[in-house]
This record gives sequence, structure tokens and C-alpha cells, in this order.
Amino acid sequence: MEKRIGIEASIAIAEAVGLCDADVVAAYPITPQTHIVEHLSEMVADGHLDAAFVPVESEHSAMSVCCGTSAAGARTFTATSSQGLALMHEILYIASALRLPIVMSVANRAISGPINIWNDHSDVMVERDVGWVQIFCENGQEAVDLTIWAFRLAEDPRVSLPIMVNFDGFIVSHMVEPLFMPDREMVKAFLPPFKPLQRLDIDNPISMGPVGIPDIFTEAKQVQQHLLTQAYQPIVETLGEFAKVFKRQYKPVETYRGDDADVLLLTMGAIGETAMTAVDQRRAKGDKVGLVRLRLWRPFPFEDLFRALGRIPVLGVIDRCISFGGPVGPVACEVKGALYGRKDHPLVVEFVAGLGGRDVTVTDFDKMFDALFEAKRSGKVPAPVLVGLRE
Amino acid sequence: MESLNVFAARLWPTENRFASGHRACQGCAEALAVRMIHGVLGRNTIVASATGCMEIISSSYPDTAWTVPWLHVAFENAAAVASGVEAGLKILVKKGKLPKRKITVVGMGGDGATADIGLQALSGAMERGHKMIYVCYDNEAYMNTGIQRSSSTPFGASTTTSPAGSLSVGQSTWKKNMPMVIAAHNVPYVATVNPSFPFDLASKVRKAQAANGPAYLHVYACCPTGWRMAPELAIAIGRLASRTGVFPLYEVENGKLHITVPTPKLSPLKEYIQPQGRFRHLDDATVAEIEKRVEEEYRKLERREGLVL
Repeated sequence: MEKRIGIEASIAIAEAVGLCDADVVAAYPITPQTHIVEHLSEMVADGHLDAAFVPVESEHSAMSVCCGTSAAGARTFTATSSQGLALMHEILYIASALRLPIVMSVANRAISGPINIWNDHSDVMVERDVGWVQIFCENGQEAVDLTIWAFRLAEDPRVSLPIMVNFDGFIVSHMVEPLFMPDREMVKAFLPPFKPLQRLDIDNPISMGPVGIPDIFTEAKQVQQHLLTQAYQPIVETLGEFAKVFKRQYKPVETYRGDDADVLLLTMGAIGETAMTAVDQRRAKGDKVGLVRLRLWRPFPFEDLFRALGRIPVLGVIDRCISFGGPVGPVACEVKGALYGRKDHPLVVEFVAGLGGRDVTVTDFDKMFDALFEAKRSGKVPAPVLVGLRE
Repeated sequence: MESLNVFAARLWPTENRFASGHRACQGCAEALAVRMIHGVLGRNTIVASATGCMEIISSSYPDTAWTVPWLHVAFENAAAVASGVEAGLKILVKKGKLPKRKITVVGMGGDGATADIGLQALSGAMERGHKMIYVCYDNEAYMNTGIQRSSSTPFGASTTTSPAGSLSVGQSTWKKNMPMVIAAHNVPYVATVNPSFPFDLASKVRKAQAANGPAYLHVYACCPTGWRMAPELAIAIGRLASRTGVFPLYEVENGKLHITVPTPKLSPLKEYIQPQGRFRHLDDATVAEIEKRVEEEYRKLERREGLVL
């Protein structure tokens, strides 16, 4: 039986990792991820979790140790944020190429400079192409649930890829919220023991991570591309399995009051919840507005997105990151790319909001909806908007 | 017991863990050292290799020279990866998911991967006390990328990024003392080894394998290609390296220093320098200056013989 308790999301995530009986946690402190690994180290110290806690000297070594432990056949977890994720960058590509099913929490935070410890998505957007499954959570419950689910998906032999579970730093990670904490028996029923596809075994020696000469490199990349796109089906299936056991259903793309909407706004992560409040208020005034919440980022859920958009004439996309000197927002860029060449595609209005911990309020969403209605009326797409910019 | 730890020709392992057919250059003493060390370590060994010469020459897919499990992740993290393999195996045995067996985990890298870019990861792995051996194969420059200087390149050597010139003596800094850097981590076993002294090498590999914690082996690895010398001289140059005092053979066992191949009368440095093209530009005065420094360092080591550092 699940109990509903008041708990900080970071602590709950650590407890979830414990419920999954992780064998190894290798991590380095960085705000705002620290509470997760602090709590895991306490669980190991108190004997509540039988795991190796490897207190490495950097995030680069955290991911390197994770590669070693996972290649040895151990269920492996780590967590990071911001600069730490950036320091891991090089090894992230290799972890996925080696098909090591590492689960990593990312408490999303801005990237320096100037140094800023608060929330946006500029850390993870840089890691778009590293070959990991990437998913975004809106609240602590989702972060707990999708952490448990992440082990199941990553270790699915059809997938065997690492996965990043993203949630907003502080906004989610440090929030004490009432949530249903899964119990050990339910997790056991959902998550089978880890059986690695291949491991470092002295009785069956293999060479992992060999040189990829030009004759085979393209084919190796094609295998990765195939695996990550084909991971979509196992993702949907295992989310369905999760719903059967835990009675909470998650989809690659969620919508909110979008069916009869005149304009839609696309969000990722925690601001989706404020956006729902804003939608309710506008709906109360008679404005038909709705939301599309993108949960799965890699593999990109093209068909789910198209279904969610229907024949909407105007779509706003909120980015929590700037692509300097380029098409401004990475998510908007992806969405526009997905829509290219489709008949009756919507006008896409780009917003960049909530950088480095700047609040995105209901009033801000109101202004965004106003801009979307204006685009609908005029048929013109305004220049990308930096929401809440002080002139 | 220490004096009984000797190696003889008939004890030399006959099975080859590092198969022939790899792509190393002629006269590569590094490949030779890899073969010797893994011969002694035996089959129950797992290797985490850094990017570098030994990785590219041994693992060009679909070929591999490794008959033991081998993992390559990146350049600067072999020690971290090896520490992960060790931690992973240990917890799986503790949790009853793997049977308890004696497995030696080895991290390996060149001098660049060890003394430069990988120093932080190595320091972390040594400090955390993983039961693993880290082997630095020191050919005294970035040979894989084309003979660029590292912090392990000796004074006066001409490399492609410390070229000799009218205003340059070549490498203008003295070689970083990596074995002592690791000894300062208070690990149970640190040793210098040289494939030109195979029995000394073998007994040290055995001690490293038996150590109750991290062990570090610093291997002299003559590179005829990078040192611009005849490949057939690799073994002879290796012998001279230790006999001139350039690469003294010693160990630091539980903090206590012991010179394993004592050389009270050092051979003239010129014998070592002369066959190597990388030193060709040095004048007699510079050779004398290097010789003075080599002798000073060797005598300093001698004065610490038997001491707990």
C-alpha cells in the first residue's frame, strides 16, 4: 500500500532509488542536487540501502565510475546539475555508446556565467544529442515515479541505454509536497532484477569501447540512432506497466484543456503547473486556451506531439534556455523542425522564460496568451519574446 | 620474506594475455611491458584503459589483442573507471549477486593520461582506497598524437611542442616525479618498473597484486618512434636508463623506500643520450648539467633507502 506523506522531493527521490535497490551511487556535490546524494549516503551509512557509495572527486569521475560499475553489472545511479552535468558531457556520449543503463537525476539549473545556482533548462539542453533517454518531471510525485520507472526502462534489454530524469532545481527538488510513496513490494513487482546485456566477466572476456575506424563508425552511430528511436515503444509499454502497478499514468506528451482550444502553449517541467492555473483563469473569462506539456524529450515523441496539436492555428513554445545567436529557443527549434512540411502547421511563437530562477507567474502566462491571440488575429509571428525582461 | 620474493626464468608465465597481431610500432617497449605485466597478473584480471597508444593499437574493432575483459571509456578517466569496476564487483559480491573470486582490477594509461590530464581522477581513486592497480606506461611524451611534450618529458628532449631551436633547449622543465606524487597518497604499494629488468618487474607486479589497497606501477616505456632511435636498441636503452640513474628502480612498500636495483656507480649519461635523436641537439655542457641533476636525484633516493617516507 502506498502512503501519502509530506516529504521533500529530493529525499523522496533518494528513497525511490533505495526502493529500487541500487547497487552503486557515485556522485559529487552540486547545488541543487545535493539533498538526493546526501540522503543516499545516509541510507548507506545507516544500513537502509546495501549499496556502494563512491564519493568521487568530480562529476567527470562520477560518470566515469558509473561506466565502470555498470559495465561490471551493478545497478548504478548518480545525480547532478548544471556545471556538473557540463563536466560529465564528454562521458555521457560514451555511456550511451557502451549501452550502459545508468539512471541519473538532473536537478535542472542555469549554466555559468554569471554563476547562478537557480533553475532553468540550459544545463540539459546542451546534452540533447548525447544518446540518452531524456524525460522531464513537473513535480515531486513525477520525479519519484519516473525515477523508479527509469531503472525499468533503462535495463529493458530492448533499450539498455542510460536515462536522465530531469526536474527543476529548487522548484521541484527542494519542495516539500504531499506525495504517494511507493512501497517495496510494489517496486519489486514492477522492477525485475538487473540482467546486463553484457558485462566485464573473467569467464567470458569481451573488449568494451574499442576503436571505431571509419569503416564501422557510421554503422555504430546508426545502431545508436535506431536504438534510441525504437526505445519509444518500450517507453510507452513500461509507462503502461507502471500505471497498472501504481495507478498513475504518464504519457510522452500531456495536454490540458487543449481539445477545443484556439491557441496552445507548450511547456516542459514545473512551469506546466503554474500554466494550468493560468489556463483555468483565462478559461473562466471565456478564452479558449490550452496546454501541451512535453514530458519525453529523447526520443522525441513526434506523433504524440502532432496528435496533441491537432489543427491548432497558433502554438506558443516556452524555452527555459537561450541558444545564443541562433534560433533563440532549443525546444521551439525542435518543435518547428518537427512541424516542417506538415500541412496546416501552426504559427509558432517563441518565448524564453524563467532564466536563472526568474519566476514565471500567472500574469506572465496571461501576457503570453495575449501574444498568441494577437498572432492568431494578425496572422503574423512576433519576434521571440524574452518574458519578464526588465528594460 | 621480502628477500624470498625473487623471480626466475622458469617461473615466467607462458600464457599470453596480450595477443600478438596488434598494431604497435617496431621496438615498442610499452607493448612489451603490457605483455609482461599481464602475463604475470594472469587471467583473472579486468583492465580499464585510457585512450592512447596501447588502446588504439590493441582494440581496432573488430580485432582485439585482449584475452581478459577490457574496457576503454576516455582519456583522462581510466583510474576512475577502474575504481568503478572494483567498487561494482565488490558490492555485487557483498550482495550475493556474484560469487566471491579473486579478481585483479587494473587501470592503465600513458604518461599524459596519468601525470597530466588524468592526475585528478587518479588522485581520487588512490585516495578512496580502491583495491586496484594503476599502471602508468611512461614513454615521456604524447606519442599517440605525434610526440608532443607532457609533464613527464625529460629536460632537453625535443618534441613537437617543445622543439629544440636556436632559442630552445627542447623541453625546458624537469620530469614530474609521479611515483612520489602517488607515494604521498600513502597507498600500500608504489614501484618503478622497467621491461629491461623483467624479473624485477615481475616481483613488483606480484606485490602490487597482493597489496591490500591501491597499488601504483610506473613503467619505463622506451618509444623508438618518439625518441628517434633504432628500434633494436629499445631493451639496451632501457637498461641504460636505470644504470645511469635516469630511471632508478625502487619501490615504496607501506611507506618504506627500497631501491631494488642498486646502482652505486652510475654509468655515464652520454651512453644513454647519444643513441636518441630527441637529445641530438644537446651540447656537452647541457648534458653535463642534466647528468649532475640525475646524480643528485639518485643520491637523494639513496639517502632515503630503508626510510619510511
